[in-house]
Amino acid sequence: MSEGLAIHWRLIPQRYNLVGTECLKCGEKFFPPRQLCPNCRRVGEIREVKFSGEGEIYSYTVIHTPPEGFEFMKPYAMGVIKLIEGPFLTAQLVDCKPEDLEIGKRVELVFRKIIADGSSGIIRYGYKFKLKD
Amino acid sequence: MSKRVAIIGIGMTKFGELWDKRYRDLITEAGADAIKDAGIDGEDIEGLYIGSMSPGLFAGQEHIGALVADYSGLSGIPATRVEAACASGGLALREAYLTIKSGAIDIVVAGGVEKMTDVSTSSAMIALMGAGDQEWEAFKGVTFPSLYALMARRHMVEYGTTIEQISQVAVKSHHNASLNPDAQFPFKVTLEQVMNSAIIADPLRLLHCSPITDGASAVVLASEEKAKELVDDPVWINGSSSATDTIALHDRKSLSRMDSTIIAGKKAYKEAKIKPRDIDFAEVHDCFSIAEILAIEGLNFCKLGDGGKITENGETEIDGRIPINPSGGLKGKGHPVGATGIAQAVEAALQLRGKAGKRQVKDAEIALIHNLGGSGATTVIHILKRN
Repeated sequence: MSEGLAIHWRLIPQRYNLVGTECLKCGEKFFPPRQLCPNCRRVGEIREVKFSGEGEIYSYTVIHTPPEGFEFMKPYAMGVIKLIEGPFLTAQLVDCKPEDLEIGKRVELVFRKIIADGSSGIIRYGYKFKLKD
Repeated sequence: MSKRVAIIGIGMTKFGELWDKRYRDLITEAGADAIKDAGIDGEDIEGLYIGSMSPGLFAGQEHIGALVADYSGLSGIPATRVEAACASGGLALREAYLTIKSGAIDIVVAGGVEKMTDVSTSSAMIALMGAGDQEWEAFKGVTFPSLYALMARRHMVEYGTTIEQISQVAVKSHHNASLNPDAQFPFKVTLEQVMNSAIIADPLRLLHCSPITDGASAVVLASEEKAKELVDDPVWINGSSSATDTIALHDRKSLSRMDSTIIAGKKAYKEAKIKPRDIDFAEVHDCFSIAEILAIEGLNFCKLGDGGKITENGETEIDGRIPINPSGGLKGKGHPVGATGIAQAVEAALQLRGKAGKRQVKDAEIALIHNLGGSGATTVIHILKRN
């Protein structure tokens, strides 16, 4: 099934620039963004906030059996990253060897190609992370 | 309102790569077996609940309730598809249970089905990834084994769980499956074979992962009054619960425990008025070997962090302190996702009737079945008791 453009276009601020949200009522920050604060719900006050793109590895794995479209990258590392502002996200860890990965190591955002829809379809971009030190 | 609800009939197809069978063949076969086992007729059935995760992506078919009613010769009765990823079957069982409990109707069939081998493995992986977060996990190239690998890594770091302990789960599952003629993989594997199998998502290897499977399962549920009238050996549902957690793994409070299982477990024990130590055996959702460890800890069969140790000690074997997955589990028996939750009920009923053959758990009176959706965003638990 081929996808429309809007599904990717509408997430450009989040995927390109790590724009998330925060709740002014309780102070919690959200990335991936939430439009409803899970703590305050209806009485929460949500506004956009840009994250720094710095964090640390909370957990990681190296994927040897990729899904369709990711075959040429294999093996590739995937991490759960704890951003310095608090939230966690999932992203590929790049420009490193699997043996360099370790829980707690500092990482920073890099802007990369994620996947292409075949040879003539749209190319989707977004964030990945690399080791900082 | 019906006081109690019982399972009065069970049916299940063989699990495996069933190339000669269609989606509708699988579920009608399991359903007919269950109705025959209950000793009733199609006319007695007042409703259908069918658990199926992704027939649209696996078989190009939606509108499952009507399809199953039609090919069962039951068109006219209400039929509902229930979906909660790999917990679809367990949730269909719960919806059927609640309908009878409400007093609305007395006899219901709860079925589960998935036909997964009509698509390529990579297409099947895409369908299964629908159980996670499409925007923030799948988009990045995340696979289901990799989500469980991320949990395994945290469990190993926080509790010192070893890859040998995680591998022992698969060794035990295959041993039990070797005693189950309906299992997809009815053969044993050694610890060395598990630990040397192809790497899928480090630290998880091929033999830590449940397979892609075709299969269906069904149970007939009845109100207390009807159950007593119709059969001599009803299996009573003494507890039923369900709980949810965040859809994406990265939003969980912890990666080394399964909070939806902890919440649903407490509710189910409370409803059944029992403690974890009263459970004689359990069928738990071992989609990946680490998931069984998280499940038995979450269900309080041991302390958080001790799941690997009690597996290594043999406490979860068929003749151990708390037998886990005597059927072979998802790893050995197979995992046709929508069918799994109902298949767990089939195994539990068979065991509680004392008809489980070579894999029979001795003197089993109370069983717990635990069905998980996705990386743990849904848990469904039932507690079953022998008549």
